[in-house]
Amino acid sequence: MRSDRGQSAPLGLKVAAACGLLFLHLPILLIFVYAFTTEEKSFVWPPPGLTTQWFAVTWNRPDVWEALSLSVRVAAISTAIALVLGTLCAAAVSRTRFFGRETISLLVILPIALPGIITGIALRSAFALADIPFSFWTIVLGHATFCVVVVYNNAVARFRRTSGSMIEASMDLGADGFQTFRHVVLPNIATALLAGGMLAFALSFDEVIVTTFTAGQQQTVPIWMLEELIRPRQRPVTNVVAMVVVLVTLLPILFAYYLTRDGDQIAGSGK
Amino acid sequence: MSVDATMPRATAPAILPGSGGMRGALSDLFWRRPKLLLLMMLLPPVLWLGIVYIGSLFALLAQSFFSIDEFSGLINRQFTLKTYGDLFQAANLDIILRTVTMAALVTLASAVVAFPIAYYAARYARGRWKALFYLGVMLPLWSSYLVKIYAWKLILAKEGILTWLLAKLHLLWLLDGWLSLPVVGGNSLSVSFTGTFIVFVYVWLPFMILPVQAALERVPGNLVEASSDLGASPGQTFRNVLFPLALPGIVAGSIFTFSLTLGDYIIPQIIGTSRLFIGQAVYSQQGTAGNIPLAAAFTVVPIVIMGFYLWGAKRMGAFDAL
Repeated sequence: MRSDRGQSAPLGLKVAAACGLLFLHLPILLIFVYAFTTEEKSFVWPPPGLTTQWFAVTWNRPDVWEALSLSVRVAAISTAIALVLGTLCAAAVSRTRFFGRETISLLVILPIALPGIITGIALRSAFALADIPFSFWTIVLGHATFCVVVVYNNAVARFRRTSGSMIEASMDLGADGFQTFRHVVLPNIATALLAGGMLAFALSFDEVIVTTFTAGQQQTVPIWMLEELIRPRQRPVTNVVAMVVVLVTLLPILFAYYLTRDGDQIAGSGK
Repeated sequence: MSVDATMPRATAPAILPGSGGMRGALSDLFWRRPKLLLLMMLLPPVLWLGIVYIGSLFALLAQSFFSIDEFSGLINRQFTLKTYGDLFQAANLDIILRTVTMAALVTLASAVVAFPIAYYAARYARGRWKALFYLGVMLPLWSSYLVKIYAWKLILAKEGILTWLLAKLHLLWLLDGWLSLPVVGGNSLSVSFTGTFIVFVYVWLPFMILPVQAALERVPGNLVEASSDLGASPGQTFRNVLFPLALPGIVAGSIFTFSLTLGDYIIPQIIGTSRLFIGQAVYSQQGTAGNIPLAAAFTVVPIVIMGFYLWGAKRMGAFDAL
């Protein structure tokens, strides 16, 4: 008897899986509705009325813009640092076997495997011991450290699928190391780096736990939001910012998925 | 013979002539001595992570062996185990026990909710549905952590959507009954352990789904069919075939759900009671109380617990499922 591959799932499983996915998505969708509510003081449901006025109010709030600007600058620089460090590390780990290779992969993963509060307080106590005052750069220092892993993961996966014989061929044809990197390696790993970079950006843009320990008076968007959650000033503005944050982080994720989706058809992957 | 003679000229030649000079010399050097190249590649990331991260961890660890002068509030930089002694006071042990219990419950619940999603995605979803399931897990995983917590604040608040829904269903008595229970109840769901628990499960759930799905994808479908051909009920197949094979994936996922719950301080702060979790204790000790040594000693607890956890998980083969 042939096995029925096309067999459909039992009803119970379908329902459970669908409920699980709804559980994951409904709360996020709810934020979108709340961004338009006319209710100012409480979280009343259903919204008594709908309005777009809060977008204008948010637009005119300088503190929101300052937080946004800081978040974008921190994320951009952290991503740049992570791209360099993560790619170097991935190239070394995936190309050669050497003593301590496992330790290095552990070292890269550790900042994200241990709870964020440990990274945060560790950095803070190190800054205190070394008398480093809080600044833009102390935030970047923390963010770049845990962003490395995202770039590293993407780059390592791509390096493993890229055939080493292409590099040898390039060298055989007379290219020097830099030319090989520029014309052979880089085009092959470019989309993986772009995807990793975007995920790193999203990760940094969203990070709150480490940032609370490494920021002085400055507010990134998540810190601003945390402040609003604990001591709300104007609830609808928080709703609007929350919706914008969802959109700002989701678009890079979709794009990163699109970039790495066809990764299996990379030239030379057939070996 | 030139390449151009036989092939249409590409927009940019893939291989350029060697430039010689400094660059060429450097390139030749790396070619002859690959170890040097390896060293140059590893040096920046290892220095960064070693100094910034591991250095900070040691700074933190060192602090846990200092103590605080109770009268002046100054930190006494002399080796002592006194701070670790403070950790074993009843109030602090209470915090540790509460956090570990919550982490275990959250892990268990995540596994139960994650399994059907992961199983459906691994066994039945094909083509476009598969992509949809993947994105359906990735989008919540990557969307803003604070926004997710905020969304649940809206849902769980007294005047929020959940109360409204239960009122429509004439089930408010159920909510009130639950909230009147000791420990898990409270004034409203947004200030109760139940609320904290729900939000923890929600926020970490994708971390459980992905490894379980990865583990289940390696289970050949005909294994399940063979089991039912041999007369096993679906329940027996689950217990004796699927579950043991998915277990490494569940353990891999539990590393995240457990570790993240141990260290989180924002969820119980925003949705929870005034009874503290480890993360909150660390935060308040280093902030308002100014007792960095005790905060550092507190962070050692999750590190030690996770150390044992990772060791056990590795023995169960969970790392292969990551």
